Amino acid sequence: MADLAISQELNPALVLGEPGYAGVTRKVAGIVEGRMPRAWYVAIACTGTLTLVLVAMLTYLAFTGIGVWGNNSPVGWAWDITNFVFWIGIGHAGTLISAILFLFRQRWRTSINRFAEAMTLCAVACAALFPLFHTGRPWRAVYWLFPVPNPALNIWQNFRSPLIWDVFAVGTYGTVSALFWYTGLVPDLATLRDRAKTRGRKVVFGLLSLGWRGSARHWKHYELAYLLLAGISTPLVLSVHTIVSFDFAVSVVPGWHTTIFPPYFVAGAIFSGFAMVVTLMVIARQVFDLKQFVTMKHLENMCKVMMATSMIVGFAYVTEFFVAWYSGNRYERFVFLNRAFGPYWWAYWTMVSCNVFMPQLFWLKRVRTSIPAMFAMSVLINVGMWFERFVIIVTSLSRDFLPSSWGYFRPTAVDILTLAGSFGLFLTLFLLFVRFLPMISMAEVKGMLAADAAHPGERP
Amino acid sequence: MSQAAVAAQKVAVYGAVAEFASPESLLAAIRGARERGYSRLDAFTPFPVHGIDEALGASRSPLGWIVLAAALVGVAAALLMIWWTGVVGYPLVVAGKPLFAFEFAIPITFEVAVLFAAFGAVIGMLLFNGLPRLYHPVFQHSRFERATDDRFLLVIEADSGGLDAAGAAGVLRALGGDHVEVIAE
Repeated sequence: MADLAISQELNPALVLGEPGYAGVTRKVAGIVEGRMPRAWYVAIACTGTLTLVLVAMLTYLAFTGIGVWGNNSPVGWAWDITNFVFWIGIGHAGTLISAILFLFRQRWRTSINRFAEAMTLCAVACAALFPLFHTGRPWRAVYWLFPVPNPALNIWQNFRSPLIWDVFAVGTYGTVSALFWYTGLVPDLATLRDRAKTRGRKVVFGLLSLGWRGSARHWKHYELAYLLLAGISTPLVLSVHTIVSFDFAVSVVPGWHTTIFPPYFVAGAIFSGFAMVVTLMVIARQVFDLKQFVTMKHLENMCKVMMATSMIVGFAYVTEFFVAWYSGNRYERFVFLNRAFGPYWWAYWTMVSCNVFMPQLFWLKRVRTSIPAMFAMSVLINVGMWFERFVIIVTSLSRDFLPSSWGYFRPTAVDILTLAGSFGLFLTLFLLFVRFLPMISMAEVKGMLAADAAHPGERP
Repeated sequence: MSQAAVAAQKVAVYGAVAEFASPESLLAAIRGARERGYSRLDAFTPFPVHGIDEALGASRSPLGWIVLAAALVGVAAALLMIWWTGVVGYPLVVAGKPLFAFEFAIPITFEVAVLFAAFGAVIGMLLFNGLPRLYHPVFQHSRFERATDDRFLLVIEADSGGLDAAGAAGVLRALGGDHVEVIAE
């Protein structure tokens, strides 16, 4: 008994109680088959309204021009690119959880991977909007972004530009994430098909599940396909924010032209993404009563990942200052002093406080295992990570080599409403996912229960 | 199709199907059926059962080769695209550099290779599995819906020589299977 208690202490259960296979199906499929709680309707009414605000703002921009944003000369990239990098970074936690933790056999990923992958897709959709509308003429953008024949000019992209690398990185990332997510969904869609009571649900889930029947021959190819997708998604997710950082690092702008950017951006992306998973998961776990499957063990592990990535990001901030001093480059030195003590000092210190100082509280187990504390922290981290991208982009551009061309960026109401609207789109897509698709992978949780039953006592 | 008509071999038989309550009893039944000389076996389970490929004597999935081939096609396609657009389609000297060099092509080549490999993995998996296939005889089993929930089905399939359906059903019952049914093609 004592041994069991110690083992519980060291390895708290990933699934509480003994739901059995049928219990997993009943709980998870029951959510999408039953009525949504009142909170869901209230939430989607709010986020749907915000989405309409986004549509209105983007329509206004398309008919008027990007002058409706506060972008100016010298600050040609401002909130648009900040929002792009912010949203694409949010997505990274989903792929990290679904692919990298899968390869490392981290079993705690099992209850949260579907949820986090869906978050990735919603975030990539929001991210893609910003560069698209930053072109000003999104209906022409296909000729600029993709190598398709341009009948009017017959010219092609300059493939030396990191901006076109970015198009391929984000396009591949969104597509592969969707494939990975859908592949994981197929067995669960078959479960929903077999439980369907109405003709409509039978047809829809019958088509979506592609006739999956859980044959041993199917699972053999399926498991290898899943492993291979995890294997190729791992370098992919690392490459995406690396290439996003090349948008900056390949330029010669002081504060951007540094080799630290790829690892620094990837760590920051994972940091902000985990914060967003925690923000959403804490709410969903409460509203849909998923405490049996998403335990304190899951939440505490995510807090630990946030703490680790917070310190990587903090180390990068310090390294940037050190290199600015050690390089002897006066422009580089000026940029960093200007970041901390110039006109944007408030943005810089918001970033450092939220990203480096506050997460130190996660050293305390009391904070790591307190739902209100981790929720508050996850929101602060996302504020901090948004400011990180703002600081990097706007401080460097607003004061570069020539003092005569210095400027200052102020957002317009359209900037602010567009950012708010993108949160509306993100949350609306996510609420629809929660309504219509199983947010926990039933097949994977059952597989984990079977492994526990076959090897009692071993809970890595 | 009535069970009686199927049992009397008036119609082509797909196989005899039995239900088991746990992965362990399923694996034991697979071994038992193989010892009795049945080789055309398949199982329907709500999650991948560990050790089932060994029990069934299944070969390793060749999907990895498909994915490798797809990735190499992606590499070739990306390099060809970047080379052709830069050298043939619209040769433009940027900063005095050569029209094509592999270094600046690396990021896009990698991304396109990953994209093709992912499609190779998913499409290859579906082709090997014969999916999408919206109808399959096993769906006639009265409790098939439990196979995507909490039960484990084992089928002894008919081969070209047909199947002694009554005999196979008897074997499945002897191995501990419930709800044994003979199913028409």
